[in-house]
Amino acid sequence: MLKCRTVWKKLAPLARASSTVCRQNVRRAGLNNGRIPTSVPTAHMSSGPAGGGGDNLKYALLVGLAGIGGLTYAIITVKGDQKRYEKRIAEIESRPSKATTDVQPKAPAVEASEPEEAVPEPEPEAAPSPEEPSPPAEVAAPGADVEAVAHDAEVAASSQTTEPPPADEPLVEASTEEAAASPAAVPVIEEADEPVVESPVEAAAPAAALVVEDEPSPPSEPPPAELSEQEPAPTAVEESEPAAAAAGPPAAEPPEPQPEVVAESAADSTPASAKVPSHAPYLLIGGGTASFAAARSIRARDPGATVLIVTDEPDLPYMRPPLSKELWFSDDPSVTETLRFKQWNGKERSIYFQPPSFYVKPEEFDSAENGGVAVLTSKKVVHMDVRGNKVKLDDNTEISYDKCLIATGGIPRNLQVVERAGEEVMKRTTLFRKIEDFKSLEKVSRNINSITIIGGGFLGSELACALGRRSTESGLEVIQMFPEKGNMGKVLPEYLSNWTTEKVKREGVKVISEALVKSVKYKDDKLEIHLKDGRLVKTDHIVAAVGLEPNVDLAKSAGLEVDSDFGGYRVNAELQARSNIWVAGDAACFYDIRLGRRRVEHHDHAVVSGRLAGENMTGASKPYWHQSMFWSDLGPDVGYEAIGIVDSSLPTVGVFAKATAKDTPKAATEKSGTGIRSESETEDTATSAVASATPAPAVEHKDDYGKGVIFYVRDKVVVGIILWNVFNRMPIARKIIKDGEEHADLNEVAKLFNIHED
Amino acid sequence: MSHCKQEGKDRIIFVTKEDHETPSNAELIADDPNDPYEDQGLILPNGEINWNCPCLGGMASGPCGSQFKEAFSCFHYSKEEVKGSECIDQFRGMQECMQKFPELYPQEEDKESSPEAESESGSAPADDSASPSQNDSLPSSAVASEGVPPTDPQSAS
Repeated sequence: MLKCRTVWKKLAPLARASSTVCRQNVRRAGLNNGRIPTSVPTAHMSSGPAGGGGDNLKYALLVGLAGIGGLTYAIITVKGDQKRYEKRIAEIESRPSKATTDVQPKAPAVEASEPEEAVPEPEPEAAPSPEEPSPPAEVAAPGADVEAVAHDAEVAASSQTTEPPPADEPLVEASTEEAAASPAAVPVIEEADEPVVESPVEAAAPAAALVVEDEPSPPSEPPPAELSEQEPAPTAVEESEPAAAAAGPPAAEPPEPQPEVVAESAADSTPASAKVPSHAPYLLIGGGTASFAAARSIRARDPGATVLIVTDEPDLPYMRPPLSKELWFSDDPSVTETLRFKQWNGKERSIYFQPPSFYVKPEEFDSAENGGVAVLTSKKVVHMDVRGNKVKLDDNTEISYDKCLIATGGIPRNLQVVERAGEEVMKRTTLFRKIEDFKSLEKVSRNINSITIIGGGFLGSELACALGRRSTESGLEVIQMFPEKGNMGKVLPEYLSNWTTEKVKREGVKVISEALVKSVKYKDDKLEIHLKDGRLVKTDHIVAAVGLEPNVDLAKSAGLEVDSDFGGYRVNAELQARSNIWVAGDAACFYDIRLGRRRVEHHDHAVVSGRLAGENMTGASKPYWHQSMFWSDLGPDVGYEAIGIVDSSLPTVGVFAKATAKDTPKAATEKSGTGIRSESETEDTATSAVASATPAPAVEHKDDYGKGVIFYVRDKVVVGIILWNVFNRMPIARKIIKDGEEHADLNEVAKLFNIHED
Repeated sequence: MSHCKQEGKDRIIFVTKEDHETPSNAELIADDPNDPYEDQGLILPNGEINWNCPCLGGMASGPCGSQFKEAFSCFHYSKEEVKGSECIDQFRGMQECMQKFPELYPQEEDKESSPEAESESGSAPADDSASPSQNDSLPSSAVASEGVPPTDPQSAS
């Protein structure tokens, strides 16, 4: 339609000319044929009523002239276009030797407007153009228009971005039909989109790769599949491959001579961005457990893959559970530096997943022969351009990607009363999550007399127990306060929560339950915590463990959905937010096929979801199916593993046996000889990671919840299971949840666990 | 004798050993070994190696990942009488690569014999999956009975 319009614009003068001539002739004819020589007020020609033969001749002359005029115009336009095309090519060839930085910052601004304008126009033309080498006039017209628009928007980058969309469309369409017939496709496209396509395809690959995925989402399925297949193909420069692959197989040939150009442009970029790769086939935002698991999964499945992790922490990927457990039980005084902890089998390991030598340096990212994982530390992603498939860092460098994972985790929540309380209070408050928080808290705890933990969940209780143990040596007063009736009040049924609270108290912690903080003041070098029921607690330092706020900073710029019920990015059962974007870990609100939509903040979930996201990024399309588990240890005789939805508001059925001295986390560990529990079942080991001075005797009182199984039931179906001091049985629990059956007698189900055995 | 009580919405049952001696009549759905959704063990149902198996730790994904994959694949598909005897070159390549990263692959024992011995000693201290240590017996059982996924898919996945 638009084509017609533009065509009409060109032909309009001609049409008008010829129509007036026709009209005039008609009138003249009318005049001539008019028997009555009445005066007609219409067009007068010098030739009057007389002289018919002369009129015919003049008519013929005029038409002929009009025709010749039209023809010459057409020829001139075509020639002009060719000249412009050649000029453009020359310009583009000279461009790659220039620095790319001025191109890049302008590119996003330009691109924002560019795709809008350029896309609707070339779209209709893209479809017909590959089919037929359309008449030069037709194609030249829209080509000229696109170019005019592109020229308006200034530099090379802009035209590169407008052109790949139309390039992509015909390329993709051509490629889906004639997958391997690259030579055939190339000349077709060449002819059809002559002034438009060739330039970007041969241009600097990184920029072209930017907008490649722009247009078609459904047809993007074949290109990404091809992409992942093409990537293993060994090339000198990794990034020209994905760029080529993404642009469609037909374009694979032209970019190949470009590796030198690419390398050149990469090398020529300014020192500021010299360390940052400009393109990453796999970009993982966030450097935590989920991200690392995904990186490993990608590397296992896509040989030679290059994975870039961008994290705003200064540390390489590490695991979090030891920060609130094992590291506190270490005898090593330099533990805050080494960050090594002893597992219960005596083997020591670092909290870092891998030592630095495992990773490829960002500078060598592009040239890594067999690929690798590179980590960019202390760099925050501030903006995400989903249409352009690239992100912007806080130092204004841009990284384009083919597949992206968002694993940004979360930020610890703070209490409003603490935030309002002023700087002195804030200085003495720790929000515990990262390595630096561990280091500072460890230091602080040695120099003060009293510490208060606000929060009765996993983190709060674990920290309270860890610090409580220290209190026996150092005389540190450890207080834990929370609004619930007992520790883990939101997870454990009331009877068990009360029992757990007793245990925590035994660890040396002063537990204040049903405590709502009204205000916090700093007075006389002490923090005064005023509770709503009037109680006053004086302490030196506060640790706030009141939940995690999922980090969805990129949702706005990327246009991703945020879940209102659970928080976090809303993703489907395969952890995908949009094509080429996945989310895993604490930040993902995903659809669990069995248990419904949820968001899980546990270590094993980060591993499982990260691994799954990595698999899906390499083409697997698997939903969240392997149920993750979690565990907690509160002292030497309370340890449990749990799986599924473990919410104390659900009705529960608990089946218990009397515990013997053998049934403690420590015993289980020593027997099977392993470290952290979550990978225990996957690697056939299970244990807790709690140190204990002496094995505590089994508690002798009437209702002894020594060991057992607790089922959480929703609509008669078991949706969650806690294995209470019962270890190495997680596969059975997983199976029961996976089946999702209604069981009439849960005692029968409990028999499957053999709780009386070790 | 077991007794049971109810605390609000929560039911508590105490059972003795005798109570649980009779086999359970709870029904579990049979597992489909070819379920594509399930996490697979070291060896996939079609006989190929599952490089993403947590049991391998980071062996297939590290800097020597490609050498490891070559060596192990050669071993896996080897039909010689002494399995893997024709794979000496690949193993040597892997060993050379691993020697370049002593931090990642500490040299503790002779690595000529099997990849599992290497993955054990090499990966135990540092090169693990998202959690530490592996069971020593699992990887070797994988070698011994490669046609059979180690125990059940879940424990090995």
